Amino acid sequence: MPDLSVDFAGIKSPNPFWLASAPPTNSGEQVMRAFDAGWGGAVWKTLGQPIVNVSSRFGSVDYGDRRMIGFNNIELITDRPLEDNFREIEEVKRHYPEHAVIVSLMVETKEEWKDIIQRSIDAGADGLELNFGCPHGMCERGMGSAVGQEPKVCEEITRWAMEYSDVPVIVKLTPNVTDITVPGRAATRGGADALSLINTVKSIIGVNLDEGVIEPKVKNKSSNGGYCGQAVRPIALHMTNQLAQDRQVDIPISGIGGVETWRDALEFIHLGAGTVQVCTAVMHHGYRIVRDMIDGTERFMREKGFETIDEMVGRALPSYDDWGNLDLNHEIIAKIDEDLCIGCQKCVAACHDGAHQCIHVEEGTRVPYIDEAECIGCNLCMYVCPVPDCIKMVEVDNGKDSMTWNEYTAAKERGEDVEHPGKSTHQTHF
Amino acid sequence: MSETTKLPKARLETRFSPKEPLMTKHDAVVEANRCLYCVDAPCIDSCPTSIDIPEFIRRIATGNREGAAKAILEANILGYSCGQVCPTEVLCESTCVFQEMEEEPIRIGELQHYATDNALEENIQFFEAGEPTGQKVALVGAGPASLSCAHRLRRFGHETTIFEAKERPGGLNTDGVAPYKLQADQSLREVEYVRQIGGIDIEYGTKVGEDVTLEELEDEYDAIFIGVGLGADNRLGVDGADLDGVWGAVEFIERLKVEDNFELPDGVDRVCVVGGGNTAIDVVRQMRGLDVDDVMMVYRRDEASMSGYDHEWEGAKKEGARGVWHAQPAEIIGDGQVEALRCRRTRTNDNGELEVVDGSEFDIPCDMIVLAIGQSKLGELFEDVEGLELDWGCVVVDEKTQQTGNAKYFAGGDCVSGGKEVVDAVEEGKVAARSIDAMLQGRDPAEAEDDARPVAVSGY
Ligand SMILES: Cc1cc2nc3c(=O)[nH]c(=O)nc-3n(C[C@H](O)[C@H](O)[C@H](O)COP(=O)(O)OP(=O)(O)OC[C@H]3O[C@@H](n4cnc5c(N)ncnc54)[C@H](O)[C@@H]3O)c2cc1C
Ligand SMILES: Cc1cc2nc3c(=O)[nH]c(=O)nc-3n(C[C@H](O)[C@H](O)[C@H](O)COP(=O)(O)O)c2cc1C
Ligand code: SF4
Repeated sequence: MPDLSVDFAGIKSPNPFWLASAPPTNSGEQVMRAFDAGWGGAVWKTLGQPIVNVSSRFGSVDYGDRRMIGFNNIELITDRPLEDNFREIEEVKRHYPEHAVIVSLMVETKEEWKDIIQRSIDAGADGLELNFGCPHGMCERGMGSAVGQEPKVCEEITRWAMEYSDVPVIVKLTPNVTDITVPGRAATRGGADALSLINTVKSIIGVNLDEGVIEPKVKNKSSNGGYCGQAVRPIALHMTNQLAQDRQVDIPISGIGGVETWRDALEFIHLGAGTVQVCTAVMHHGYRIVRDMIDGTERFMREKGFETIDEMVGRALPSYDDWGNLDLNHEIIAKIDEDLCIGCQKCVAACHDGAHQCIHVEEGTRVPYIDEAECIGCNLCMYVCPVPDCIKMVEVDNGKDSMTWNEYTAAKERGEDVEHPGKSTHQTHF
Repeated sequence: MSETTKLPKARLETRFSPKEPLMTKHDAVVEANRCLYCVDAPCIDSCPTSIDIPEFIRRIATGNREGAAKAILEANILGYSCGQVCPTEVLCESTCVFQEMEEEPIRIGELQHYATDNALEENIQFFEAGEPTGQKVALVGAGPASLSCAHRLRRFGHETTIFEAKERPGGLNTDGVAPYKLQADQSLREVEYVRQIGGIDIEYGTKVGEDVTLEELEDEYDAIFIGVGLGADNRLGVDGADLDGVWGAVEFIERLKVEDNFELPDGVDRVCVVGGGNTAIDVVRQMRGLDVDDVMMVYRRDEASMSGYDHEWEGAKKEGARGVWHAQPAEIIGDGQVEALRCRRTRTNDNGELEVVDGSEFDIPCDMIVLAIGQSKLGELFEDVEGLELDWGCVVVDEKTQQTGNAKYFAGGDCVSGGKEVVDAVEEGKVAARSIDAMLQGRDPAEAEDDARPVAVSGY
């Protein structure tokens, strides 16, 4: 039986699945129900000086029949009195000593940080998460992403927290920066025990065309929101990978952003995340999604022979490299399975208008063929094809030795007479 | 070890192809993604075994097919056959919320078939036998009720022995359900899968009451589960009922499904099927499937009063069958061999009662008559069991526990209900196992926990 329990920067949890700081962790009653459902940990809805929220708050991107593939919000931190929150945190910890309760915090002054950290620890927090990521509302008040975007401030506040806290401190980063390693390193320098990311991406979810007003509307106005849900996962995966690859960031990472299934969670773990956090998918479907996350993860581990989560953390990291180190002589081409093809010819349009003009149709037939000499192996037709396994990318043995761009330019520099790597087609004559 | 029952290869049923073939992965994933994953889903309540349907469908959607099978089999160990034989139109799919939007319900049965097929194919086992308790349970009949009961008893750690009159297990799942839903070899494959938990012994060719007595069972076992189902087809009490060409429906279907080289007699072009229930419709559809030209359903009431499912009868009509309504068989005409079915017209009188119209006789020329007017009840076998009550030949049980008036005897399936679905038999066997376990541990069966219901995740 695989063991799902984790020790994340000193925070113990029965499994790596945590609720992110957001509406699903707004109250003790909710968090306890979530633990009953199977969640291993919860990052409490960010505490700070209580605020007042607007209504409405949320916007959604629907795609065809699918609801909420992207989601945004203009909600702030907790709107409940601090005393209530702390009392409930204490109660949760009393009933669920084995589960991880991390308290998310966001205040301004050093004094406020000291005070709220102490109260969180007194309430029984297993760890703290510093919210340096909220990209709407709070940043206008100099908090949230305003901190995450300023490496110096980020480092300094982290240092304060480290000074006052005797439980592990996680710094939650904003993706609204050009290079995530900058705040990542700043938090590491400040002494953080771990990082979590991503918070939401600055966004405008859409415009109501009938009324000419941005969504979500508050009366007749709106503001920029924070984008999350499935649609942001690739961004979050990229940033997780960047931090995990960075030697100067040598602390654990909690992956967040678009996790909905066991597969999503495992992808983060494969890129170096020790735990994952979920918000939107729970807002959409409820706490119960964790049952399949646990079952699917266990099954995957049994199938692949992993016994602990740790064994999988970072498993895919070695597969990442700079573009300049990819083999330009590796050649694949598309193959169409004529028996499976239904003749929609979507691949024809895609290749002609969006790729390399090498899928053609013989007069009088509907099944296209590929001009293999011209195919550049880009994958586009395979993704466009509606029939599973109809278009496959297959490797071609072109007899060429491996050569990367970096190797090629280096050889050139050395004055060697090397053949230009890569496939020469009508569009690319070397 | 479990000996595998061999079936003849040349079975007439193999001429039928499945009406709902196994979904492709693509089809299954698309359909699974259509499911709304409802909260407190109505489909769960419409499944007699309370399978956590949204959960298993979600698992298909996330690529966790094995986990989907587990979620199904936890509640219904015969989930593989149920996915194919259940009348989902009137069960789970009837309450799918898409019906409220006038849209197609989720194809739950087909998804269930898809999820479980692989577990059977690869023999992926999810359950282990419990720590041996040293207590022994005898089960009478190897149909769905007993199989479900035995599997759960094994999970509790009790020893189980099934006594089966025939040479093969599965009951009507093997011998009775329409071949375009499930074929005998699939049923046997499922039985083997269920038995992989170990310790479910089956004594074939052992008819309780003849080859072994109830007293012997009582002496040797700590509890007895009765899952004998129903008996032979009822016969028609009219002149000519013994002519060649008069068949019982269940007898006909069984031969079609499991007999070596069975064929319809030569020259059968016109068949009358007497009855208005699902068995009658099944025969009608099978006859059409065997290319019989004129297949008539002869029923004494009108079309709307048929007890068979609308969707089945609609299917039969599409396949070319026709109904002869308000016709009461009076005599079978023929000289050694059936030539016609003589009927009298019926009508509903002012009191709402059915009455025969005087002088309304008419003949339906035909080559074969199949009687689907019910099966006999087997309760008599247990009439001497102290405290055990019978009601028109059905075994009377406490609904909540499946316990009979004799504390040692439990019962479930068709022998209790008088004839329902496979899924009902599975549920009743499951409940009985829970009650038997409680009884054997000296607890009150009525207090036994329903451990197989979906875990309540929240108290919304
Ligand atoms: C023609 C037909 C078609 C059907 N189609 C469907 C369908 O499509 N879907 C569906 O859900 N349900 C269908 N049903 C109903 C379903 O088959 C039954 O509800 C179900 O099989 C009942 O299970 P059971 O275990 O109670 O009894 P059975 O399946 O009848 O099994 C009883 C077993 O007990 C054995 N037995 C009997 N007496 C003794 C004895 N004295 N000693 C030892 N063994 C004995 C029998 O040989 C048999 O194997 C159909 C029924 C019929 C007749
Ligand atoms: C309505 C809403 C409120 C949120 N509130 C907070 C918050 O108070 N503190 C915080 O750190 N992140 C907050 N987040 C961000 C989430 O914790 C999470 O980082 C982000 O939504 C990405 O994860 P997801 O794709 O699983 O939703 C909020 C997100 C949403 C949608
Ligand atoms: S989800 Fe609940 S709180 Fe939000 S608008 Fe609907 S009813 Fe109101």
